[in-house]
Amino acid sequence: MTTETEPLLDASHVAKSFGAVRALTDASLTLRRGEVVALMGANGAGKSTFVKILTGALRPDSGTFNIKGRPARAGSPAEARRSGLVPVYQEPSLIPDLNVADNLRLGGTPTEPFRRWVAELGIEGLRLTDMIGQLPLATLRIMDLARALASDPDVVLLDEMTAALPTDLVEKVLATMRAQADAGLGVIFISHRFAEIAHLCDRASVLRDGRTVGDLKIEPGVEDRAVELMLGARIDLGSRAPGEAPPPRPAGPPRLRLSGLAAGNKLTDVSFDLHAGEVLGLVALEGQGQDELFATLAGFRRPTGGVYEVDGRAAAFGHPADAIARGVKLVPANRSEALLKERSVRENIALPFSTRMRDWGVLRMAHERARVAEAIARLQIDTRAQGEVQRLSGGNQQKVTIARWLAHGVETLLLFDPTRGIDVRTKRQIYDLVRELAAQGTAVLYYTSELQEVPLACDRTVVLFNGRTVDEISAAEADQETLMRAAYGLSRTRAAGVSA
Amino acid sequence: MSDATTPETPSLLLRIGRFLRDNPVIPLIGLLFALIGILELMRPGIISPFWMGNTMRFAIPLAMLAACQVLTMLTGGIDLSAAVVATVAGFVVATATPLVGVPLAVSIALGAGLMVGLVNGIGVAFARVHPLIMTLGTGLIATGCLQVYQRYVIATGSEIPAFLVWLGTGRTGILPNSLYVFIPFAVLILLLLRYTGFGRVLFAIGSNENATRLSGLRSWQLLMALYLLSGFIAALTGLLYVGIIRAPSLSLANPLLLPSVAAAVIGGTSIFGGRGSYAGAIVGALILTVMGTMLTLMQLPEGARRIIFGLIILLVTALFVRITNQR
Repeated sequence: MTTETEPLLDASHVAKSFGAVRALTDASLTLRRGEVVALMGANGAGKSTFVKILTGALRPDSGTFNIKGRPARAGSPAEARRSGLVPVYQEPSLIPDLNVADNLRLGGTPTEPFRRWVAELGIEGLRLTDMIGQLPLATLRIMDLARALASDPDVVLLDEMTAALPTDLVEKVLATMRAQADAGLGVIFISHRFAEIAHLCDRASVLRDGRTVGDLKIEPGVEDRAVELMLGARIDLGSRAPGEAPPPRPAGPPRLRLSGLAAGNKLTDVSFDLHAGEVLGLVALEGQGQDELFATLAGFRRPTGGVYEVDGRAAAFGHPADAIARGVKLVPANRSEALLKERSVRENIALPFSTRMRDWGVLRMAHERARVAEAIARLQIDTRAQGEVQRLSGGNQQKVTIARWLAHGVETLLLFDPTRGIDVRTKRQIYDLVRELAAQGTAVLYYTSELQEVPLACDRTVVLFNGRTVDEISAAEADQETLMRAAYGLSRTRAAGVSA
Repeated sequence: MSDATTPETPSLLLRIGRFLRDNPVIPLIGLLFALIGILELMRPGIISPFWMGNTMRFAIPLAMLAACQVLTMLTGGIDLSAAVVATVAGFVVATATPLVGVPLAVSIALGAGLMVGLVNGIGVAFARVHPLIMTLGTGLIATGCLQVYQRYVIATGSEIPAFLVWLGTGRTGILPNSLYVFIPFAVLILLLLRYTGFGRVLFAIGSNENATRLSGLRSWQLLMALYLLSGFIAALTGLLYVGIIRAPSLSLANPLLLPSVAAAVIGGTSIFGGRGSYAGAIVGALILTVMGTMLTLMQLPEGARRIIFGLIILLVTALFVRITNQR
């Protein structure tokens, strides 16, 4: 029997190496009944590896790991579940070709508690006959959590589960998890947003360079201490140097011109100009047509109406190769779509050098090596594990996807949520890089799901709502409230219409 | 041994696995020599320069067909029409030579290979038929066409061009003349995979097709070129093989089909694409040839021999995949 004082989960001095790379050297975590503990760490700190060990996907090289007092060391994911630990990830693990009921049956989830949890978490009108592939991503994430809760777990591990979830749903999730913890559940919570951690957690366990370096009680002002621990040195979240005011709107013809652009029924009316030397932010809640917009601009789908011009010439791209030939290059939301996981960093960065038929001859090794080395240096990619990209941390993988276009040369860069799920330091590097690219004359379109990034990285912002551009906001005005209101399709200032 | 070193030394099996994964050819060469050792124990004195030359002679066409499989498997495909194409090329060159002369007969034979490759390419690249089904289908069609063709040439008899016989059966010192074709061929394939843009995108498309599209690859171009190349290699193999066997038949090279796939897989090429090496496949072809000799020496009935051959291929492949894929 578990007593009040005995930890629900107790991992101590866990270590794990991949070849020469020591991902974890000494990680520990204790979790008691009724506790919510945040697991924090910068990219490459070993967080992903620790999570994989906790969920049984990897075996630790050394150290002990008990769940409810029993060793869970030789576990597999199935065994970890059986012992009471259920993970919920950013990417929902549901089968798209089956309906809701079939997915529940596959996982052995009881239906009634699942329905109750779905309702409690704020999803309405979900039918058991709905096909998974046709439900919005946010709903699937919530369903994944509901499924976990319905299996009556002892510990739930939320790994970046709230990233890119709409704000109202995040609130529901946090409230529900808090209530469950108060009723005796143990929760391990991973998020890159301090606000969520502060709202939900009792403690934070901080990893740095594969080592647990601190266990903090969550209280006002703890953010500074946590950042300090994570980074080893104190740096602030970042702001633009005051001297670097947004440049005047560039004159001359725009690099991209969109007027009434439509593609399918989710993207109906998008208009904006993107000039060389500027960073244009794009703000939208989940599913407002931003995926379709980026797919259209990058040549993955054809526009169905309106005007899309690149450098004054009409652009109806039938293939990404057409967009690349005109200098329009995409960094997609999902890193796994862009990377050759089993190939080296160098091959990943050099890939666009070989994709055209005329480049299928002998490789220009010296040229390639120089360009790749330059891009690696510019993005400060950690190349300790460069033999296979999948051994890199998430932030370094993201840098590789950007480095690819730096090495190849880029006139117009489309960045789709490039900082999702990566740490503060890497985020700052990406903002700096984006500013630097713009200063050198690149046109950058920057979609982000984190509103606080907008004033840091962008010169001005367009807001996409329900497939249409509804507003344009300059960097100076782009505080979070303004953006949020615009993104919800509300007027920009509170009750402006009434007071006027 | 102190405790502090334990995290750095994972289990022996794991480390062996990693080593093999990074250098898949080394253990294969070890296995090859072990098999040769066993053979020498079974029949002392069998290992002679003559025997080695002979083994190479029969391994070479297998290794060439295995190139078709390695190249297509890198993209996640396969070429099941390769052996039939080799048969067609061999049969056509032998029967057409008396009619139209050597140069034209060779051209027709190679053209037939390119033709099948073209159809495979269209099916895989544009119709998006799975390569397994597509090449199985074209292989059957090619076999049918060969039977029709045979009726027209049945009276003309056959003549194998002298240079093919010289290549297939002649020796220079102890080495078979077919090495004159094979060494440049193997070097070309190895260079193609390692030092050309074509090789790069072959690995890339098998590793993540979406990433290659995002980077500007029009996959139909690659797939067309790939299956044309595979058809050409298969036809070339057929020309060499008919010189070795010296008896054209309607199923000349067909029995080489599964061994060619097995040689590629034993050589460390993943059927799911993105990983593989031609050097491994060459050693794989040698291993299979030596194993064939071994089973012949055991003087087992044909059925038992096939059963054992199949079991060994499965065992070696399973073991290899298991060791090299361990995390």
